[in-house]
Amino acid sequence: MNATVPVNRRDFIKMISTAGTGLLLGVYLPPLARVFAETTAKSGEPFVPNAWIRITPDNVVTILVDKAEMGQGVETALPMLVAEELEVDLAKIRTEFAPAGPPYQNPMMGQQGTGGSSSVHTSFDPLRRAGATAREMLIAAAAQQWGVDAKFCHARDGFVIDEHSHKKLNYGELVETAAKMPVPKNVALKQAKDWELLGQPAHRVDTPLKVDGSAVFGIDVKMPDMLVAVVARCPVFGGKVKSFDATAAKKMPGVKDVLQISSGVAVVADGFWNARKGRDALTIEWDEGANAKLSSAGITEKLKALAEKPGADARKEGDAAKALDGATKKIEAVYEVPYLAHATMEPMNCTAHVRKDGCDVWVGTQGQTLAQRTAAGITGLPPEAVKIHTTYLGGGFGRRFAADFVADAVETSKALGVPVKVIWTREDDMQHDLYRPATYNRLAAVLDKDGAPVAWSHRIVGPSIMMGVFPSAVRDGIDPTGVEGAANLPYDIPNIHVEYTIADLGVPVWFWRSVGNSQNSFITESFVDEVAVAAGKDPFEFRRGLLAKSPRHKAVLELAATKAGWGQPLPKAHARGIAVVESFDSFVAEVAEVSLDEDGGVKVNRVVCAVDCGTVVNPDTVVAQMESGIVFGLTAALKGEITIQNGRVQQGSFDNYPLLTMAETPTIEVYIVPSHETCGGIGEPGTPPIAPAVCNAVFALTGKRVRKLPIKIA
Amino acid sequence: MATITLNVNGRKQPVDVAPETPLLWVLRETLGMTGTKFGCGRGLCGSCTVHIDGEATRSCVTLVGSVEGKKITTIEGLSPNRSHPLQRAWIAEEVPQCGYCQSGQIMTAAALLTRKPHPTDDDIDSSMSNLCRCGTYVRIRRAIHRAAQEGTTK
Repeated sequence: MNATVPVNRRDFIKMISTAGTGLLLGVYLPPLARVFAETTAKSGEPFVPNAWIRITPDNVVTILVDKAEMGQGVETALPMLVAEELEVDLAKIRTEFAPAGPPYQNPMMGQQGTGGSSSVHTSFDPLRRAGATAREMLIAAAAQQWGVDAKFCHARDGFVIDEHSHKKLNYGELVETAAKMPVPKNVALKQAKDWELLGQPAHRVDTPLKVDGSAVFGIDVKMPDMLVAVVARCPVFGGKVKSFDATAAKKMPGVKDVLQISSGVAVVADGFWNARKGRDALTIEWDEGANAKLSSAGITEKLKALAEKPGADARKEGDAAKALDGATKKIEAVYEVPYLAHATMEPMNCTAHVRKDGCDVWVGTQGQTLAQRTAAGITGLPPEAVKIHTTYLGGGFGRRFAADFVADAVETSKALGVPVKVIWTREDDMQHDLYRPATYNRLAAVLDKDGAPVAWSHRIVGPSIMMGVFPSAVRDGIDPTGVEGAANLPYDIPNIHVEYTIADLGVPVWFWRSVGNSQNSFITESFVDEVAVAAGKDPFEFRRGLLAKSPRHKAVLELAATKAGWGQPLPKAHARGIAVVESFDSFVAEVAEVSLDEDGGVKVNRVVCAVDCGTVVNPDTVVAQMESGIVFGLTAALKGEITIQNGRVQQGSFDNYPLLTMAETPTIEVYIVPSHETCGGIGEPGTPPIAPAVCNAVFALTGKRVRKLPIKIA
Repeated sequence: MATITLNVNGRKQPVDVAPETPLLWVLRETLGMTGTKFGCGRGLCGSCTVHIDGEATRSCVTLVGSVEGKKITTIEGLSPNRSHPLQRAWIAEEVPQCGYCQSGQIMTAAALLTRKPHPTDDDIDSSMSNLCRCGTYVRIRRAIHRAAQEGTTK
């Protein structure tokens, strides 16, 4: 999901409607190189606008936000882009989440979706241009009404002002005339030095709703006559219902119906608690299928065996094999990472109302068109008859790209003909998640007699996410999400060989915040630390010396080291570790300062983060997302592990899949590199460097090298 | 089913539910007050935190029959117009991200400030056991200190 392709500048703008509704502008975002190969848009399709500005005669400016707000601040960042050019107070802009449909597809994905840290990256030029276009049309309208030359008029704070007469009209008073103006081409955008909004911290539009309980998440949706369902699913991956007896469940208070759906047996009641109690009363015989004996130990054995054989080439430069063969100074290691669950605070849920002529779905989703297609497939309705109402998301991290929970609700509502909300329990959510892949990695490096690395070899074995979701994205045996963070190793080493082998293991896998970068960066940035130590060099200086051709990596590395006081004395029994990673076009270096607690566990005391994400829209959100990514990555490094026994996930809730707590959270300092480069992502890039930074600090402190997550050194 | 009379945010609310129903679901589904969230159902995450007679309490493991006659305060009743010092501090510090756990965080912090108007970092660490998957802990800590300060200087 890494965006390595520059934003295509051929976005264009069209007026959509003029019939008494004020000014309505649509922006077309052309498809970018398809990272996701399946797409709904083909070349030569008619113009479909996919971002909207609506200004009505009552002077209300509404921006249709085509991305999901899951905490990353997009409901504020996208309107900021429009407001900067439209010359309107951000606080006065209203936002609406866009419905599902081809017009709103993410140009990086070929479908509607929020992920890959792509929202601002793909919207930056088109939305500013949309704002500027609307502004120029409003100015032209005012000039015509006043009979003056437009060049003596300007827009400011929601008004067009005549510089000579000082007359002014608000946008609402101008929209009827503006809507009749031709849409200007090639409007001038402000230069960065003239920005008033972009690059300044802005208050998020959703914050007030999130401090008084009024923000509506999927789980909060209420509909007349709505019933609530809880689904019993086979505890073994891929298992099916053989038979079930609902006699007792149907006698439970409040239970209205019990029915079999694709994912298991749904118990439908007047509320969650009665549905859950009803589910407890079910008797189900499962056909556990092919995965009944699946275990973590067996999975590791399978991965290990596959790692003996060569994989597909993800990157091959020079001849690493030759350099490794017979090398005198060779470093070798095996690294492993476990499956991980998403564990969003809001468990999966969806509300659907299926009728003969249409279907409404209320859901916190990262993938509206997939949700729509799923519902259309189940109901037999055309996609346009399925309305997706996107709520706030109580965490996404990739999980809410899937539509399994949508299918639960649509199938159940279709059977009963009333609105049905399906709620997953925490245990359902953790045991029927789609997991970050577990991988097994063999690495080797060679140093020359001066301690310079001359060869790097990395063989990755793991399950492929794309094979299950966008198989055409897998080319020549390479799933790009499986090698990101490894194949793009930034260090200047003459012989590099990165191989990848897909392992089919029976555990469903999925996108997880920063995807392959989250695990591969732990491996590469830990191993480069090992190589530095073998070379007898300081880990920071060693990296720095290999980054001459990667100046943005080098700059954040140096900034983080300087701010962290790299090389300066620390309290007794404290140590530092460092790592630098580029992901989603953003460059992040982190220094972790660790010590051991009374039980010998790792305590992270301080994290210093330097980020170069190109042009910054809302710096406070950049800081917040770095903090967030670091805490998310610390949970994975220190605690995260999903294990399998008899085909079942052994964890179920926060007691055995714990999250980092307040007391365990280090102080976090974030430094943003000023930049006018293209916007990189910010939702994910904070996560990858933290695990290796911590593990490298653990090595500096204890001499123990962590080659398997989570960290277990006590 | 017996009728149970709850005192929620200063209002008497008769509800017709089984007394062993968790308070969380009575608040959310019977009374339609959805600010209090379901996170785990086992009292582990704190998303469901409300006040029972001023004490921060996890409503997902509190049986509704056990709180009849007690004073229940939810996020909706913490203040009118987001005016509680913690709500103002939460906005000033831009604490929420996805926002799902924040009702519980604020209710836990409010009970802490009632007990200790000027909590130390250690007090915060030991009281704030609510989980946040977005990792807003750094800002929660800052916002609690801000609220403690502004709560007394106003």
